[in-house]
Amino acid sequence: MPALPSFVPYLIHTLFPPWVRRPTEIGAEVMMVAGGAFIVYWLLKYKKLQWLWNEWLTTVDHKKIGIMYLVAAIIMLARGGLDALMLRTNLALPTAHFIGASEYNEVFTTHGTIMVFFMGMPLIFALFNVVVPLQIGSRDVAFPRLNAISFWLFAFAAALFNLSFVVGGSPNAGWTAYPPLTELAFNHTVGENYYFISLLMTGIGTTITGINFLVTILRMRAPGMTLMKMPLFTWATLNTSALILFAFPPFTIALLESLLDRLAATSFFTLSHGGMPMMYVNLFWLFGHPEVYILVLPAFGVFSEVVATFSRKKLFGYPSMVLSMTAIMVLAYGTWVHHFFTMGAGPAVNVFFGLSTMLIAIPTGVKVFNWILTMWGGRVQFTTPMLYFLAMIPTFVIGGATGVMLGAVPADYQFHNSYFVIAHFHEVLIGGTVFGLLAGVYYWWPKMFGYKLNDRQGKWAFWLFAGGFWPTFIPQYWLGLEGMTRRMYTYPLGMGWHTLNVISTIGGFIMGAGFLVLAANVLYSRRHQEKDLTGDAWDGRTLEWSIPSPAPEYNFAVIPTVDERDWWWQEKERRRQGEKPVVVKPEEIRPIAIPKNTPVPILLGAAFFMGAFGLVFSWWDIALAGLVAVFSILIYSWFQYDHYRILSAGEVRESEELLGRLGA
Amino acid sequence: MSSRALDDKAQKLQLAELPPEFQDQEESIKITGFWLFIVTDVLIFASLFATYAVFVNRIASGPTPAQVFQLNTALIETLILLTSSFTIGIAIWAMRQNRQRMVLAWLALTAALGMAFVSIELVEFAGDVAVGWGWHTSAFLSSFFLLVAAHGTHVTMGIIWAVALLFQLRKRGLTTVTRRKLYTFSLYWHFLDIMWVFIFTVVYLGGRLI
Repeated sequence: MPALPSFVPYLIHTLFPPWVRRPTEIGAEVMMVAGGAFIVYWLLKYKKLQWLWNEWLTTVDHKKIGIMYLVAAIIMLARGGLDALMLRTNLALPTAHFIGASEYNEVFTTHGTIMVFFMGMPLIFALFNVVVPLQIGSRDVAFPRLNAISFWLFAFAAALFNLSFVVGGSPNAGWTAYPPLTELAFNHTVGENYYFISLLMTGIGTTITGINFLVTILRMRAPGMTLMKMPLFTWATLNTSALILFAFPPFTIALLESLLDRLAATSFFTLSHGGMPMMYVNLFWLFGHPEVYILVLPAFGVFSEVVATFSRKKLFGYPSMVLSMTAIMVLAYGTWVHHFFTMGAGPAVNVFFGLSTMLIAIPTGVKVFNWILTMWGGRVQFTTPMLYFLAMIPTFVIGGATGVMLGAVPADYQFHNSYFVIAHFHEVLIGGTVFGLLAGVYYWWPKMFGYKLNDRQGKWAFWLFAGGFWPTFIPQYWLGLEGMTRRMYTYPLGMGWHTLNVISTIGGFIMGAGFLVLAANVLYSRRHQEKDLTGDAWDGRTLEWSIPSPAPEYNFAVIPTVDERDWWWQEKERRRQGEKPVVVKPEEIRPIAIPKNTPVPILLGAAFFMGAFGLVFSWWDIALAGLVAVFSILIYSWFQYDHYRILSAGEVRESEELLGRLGA
Repeated sequence: MSSRALDDKAQKLQLAELPPEFQDQEESIKITGFWLFIVTDVLIFASLFATYAVFVNRIASGPTPAQVFQLNTALIETLILLTSSFTIGIAIWAMRQNRQRMVLAWLALTAALGMAFVSIELVEFAGDVAVGWGWHTSAFLSSFFLLVAAHGTHVTMGIIWAVALLFQLRKRGLTTVTRRKLYTFSLYWHFLDIMWVFIFTVVYLGGRLI
C-alpha cells in the first residue's frame, strides 16, 4: 500500500488525466455535480427519499419499471443529441476547430453508442414493459424480479458509460469498436475498457429482458388469446425478443474477447501472435445487423397499433403483417456480411449477402403497403402519433431504397464508409425507430400517466423534429457521393462540401429545438392536461384500453376471456348495438398475489458497477470485491422464498369501486 | 360459467399426468424461462466454438494442438462428467419417488464429481502455463483456454448452485419450489455435459487428428 502523499497524485493522474481536463469536460463535471446536488437537496427538502426508495428504486412492477426506462432514455437522448450537435457544429464550416480531432473521435463514439444502447434499447423496453402485459391480459411479466435486475444493470451500465466522459477518458474507436483501433498497443486510455465493460453489463440485462418477454408472451396470455389473435405490438415484442435471444450471445463473446485482449493480454484480435481483427468484425455484425431489426420491429409494432386506432379501421392484412415481421426476423440473421463487403470475402460470399439484403425489402414493402391500405377508406385523425406515422412512410421508404443500393456489391465499394452510409442508417433509425418510438410514447402516455400530452405542442415538436430531419440527412447522401468519408473531423476549403454541410448543421439544430419543445410539452402537460377518467383516451382497440389509466397495480381485477382480434373494439361495438357490456362482477374477484418490492435488483446493479469500475482501471482488488458482492447478493436472493404479498378480494373490490369499474 | 369450471377440472386432470415439477403453473413457467436461458448459453458456446475453429491453426510461434492436448486426462474428465450426468439423473428419479435422503445423497455425489472434474482441469491448465503455453502465446491458445475455461467456470457455478440447493432441500424438503429448482439444476448440468462432449470431440480428439 503506497503512503498517502504519493497515493493522491496517482489517483488524480489516473482518474483525471489531461484529456478530461478540457473545458467541455470540466463544464460537464460542474453540471453533473450541480445536478446531483440539486436532486439530493430536493429529495431532502421535500422528504422524498423514503418515497423514492419504496415506490421506485425497489419496485418490481412492470409499469413503473417501464416509466423508469422511459426517463433514462429521454436523459440519454439529450446527451446523445448534444454529442450530435457538437459533431455538426464542427463540420458546419471548412477547417473549423470547435473541438479537436481526438475529442471529435470521442464524441462520435459516445454519440453512436449512447443512441443505440442507452437511448434506443431502453426506449423499446419502456414500451414493452408498459404495454405488453396489459395487451395480453397478464398481471405482470413472467419474472418481475429479473425484470428489475435487467433495468438496474442497464441503468448502472449507462451511468458507467457516461462517467467515462469526466473520469479517465471516453472511448474513441467508434460505436463499432473495431480492433486494432481498440488494441492496447495503439490505444492506451481506459476509454475502451469503459465501452466493453458497460456494454457487457447492459448486454446481460438485455438478454434477460429478451427471455422474460418471450416467456411472458408464450405462457401468460389471457384465456382465448391464441397467437394469431395477439395485437401487432405484442407480435413485434415477441419477434424482437427472439432476435435479442439469438443476437446478444455472439456480441457478448466479441466484447469479452476484446476486453481480455486489453486486460489479460490474450491474442484474439491483436495484430501479433496470430490474432485476427476481422473475426471481431464478423462476431460484432452477427449481432449488429439483427440489432437494427431489434430497434425497428418495435416501431413497426407501434405503427400497426397507431394506424389502426386513428383510421378507426382494423389493420389491413393482419396475417401478412405477422408473416412479414417473422420473415424479417429470420432474414435478419443472413445479412451481416453486407457491413464489410470490402473485406474481400470473394464474389460468391458477397453476392449471397447482397441478395439476402435485398430480399428483406420485400417483407418490409408488404408492411408499408398494408399500413397505407389500413388508412384507405378510414376516418383518419391527425393526432401527434399519427403524424409521426405519416412522416415515417416517405423517410423509411427512401432510407430502405438506399439500403438496397448499399446491398448492390459493386456499388457498395464506392459507398462504403462514406456519408452516404451515414445518411442511410440515420434515415431508417430516426425515420423508422425514433419516429415510431415517439409515436408510441405519445400514444401510450395516457396509459402510463392518466393524461394525454398536449396535442398542439406535440405537433410543434413534431414539425420541428421531422422538419429538421430532412435538411439534416438528405444532403448527406450527396456529401457521400462527393467523397466525404464518415468520421472525418474537419475538411479543407474547396472540396465543394461547404453548402451541404451548412444545411445539414442547420437541420440538426432544428431537430434539437424539436427536442426542447418535446421536453417542454412533457413538463407543461404534467400540470395542465386534464385527467383521462375513461382509461380509453384514444377510443382504442386492444385490451390495455379496457382498464383504467394508469392501470392499478394488479392490472386486471378479473382476467378477461379474449376470443377475437381487437377484443376491446368488438366489445364496444357490441355495446353500441345494445348488448349487455362485459363488466367486472364483484363476486368474481379473487385474492391476487402481487410480487413484493425488493432491494436485490438495485443492490445487484450497484455491486456490478463497483466490480466494473475496478475492472476499467485494472484495480483487481476492487473488481474482486465487486464479484464477491454480486455473488453474496445472488446467494442471499436464492435463499429468499417469500416473494409475494396477497391483495385480498376485499381490497381489490374497494380499489375497483373507487375507479368506478364495478358493474351492478 | 359451468363450461369454464369443466375446463378447469379437465385441466387439473391433465396436469396430474405431468411430472410434479410441471404441475404448478408458476413453477412450470420458470422451467420454460430456464430453457430459453439455455438457448442463450448454447449460443455463447457456439460463438466460442466458432472462434476456436477459426483460430485453431493460428499458432504463431506457439505449440500445435497435438503438442498441447493429453488425451488421457481429457478422457478421464469425460468419464467423470458423464457419470455425474447419470447421478443427477438418479437424483431426479428419486425426487419423483419422493425419497428426499436419496435425492440429497445423489446430488452431493454429483457436486463431488463436478469438483473432481474442475480440479483435473485446473491441474491441466497449470501444467500448460508452467511450460510457457499461456493464452498470450497464440490466438489458438487464447481461444482454447477461453472455450474450455468458460465450460469450467460454468461447472464451478453449478457446484455452488448444487451446494446451495443441498442446504435448501435439507431445510425445506421436497416442495413445489425446491423440486423446480432441482429440476432446472439438472437441466443445467446435462447441458454442461453435452457441451463437454462437443469440447472433447472437437477440441481434444480433433486436435489429435489434425
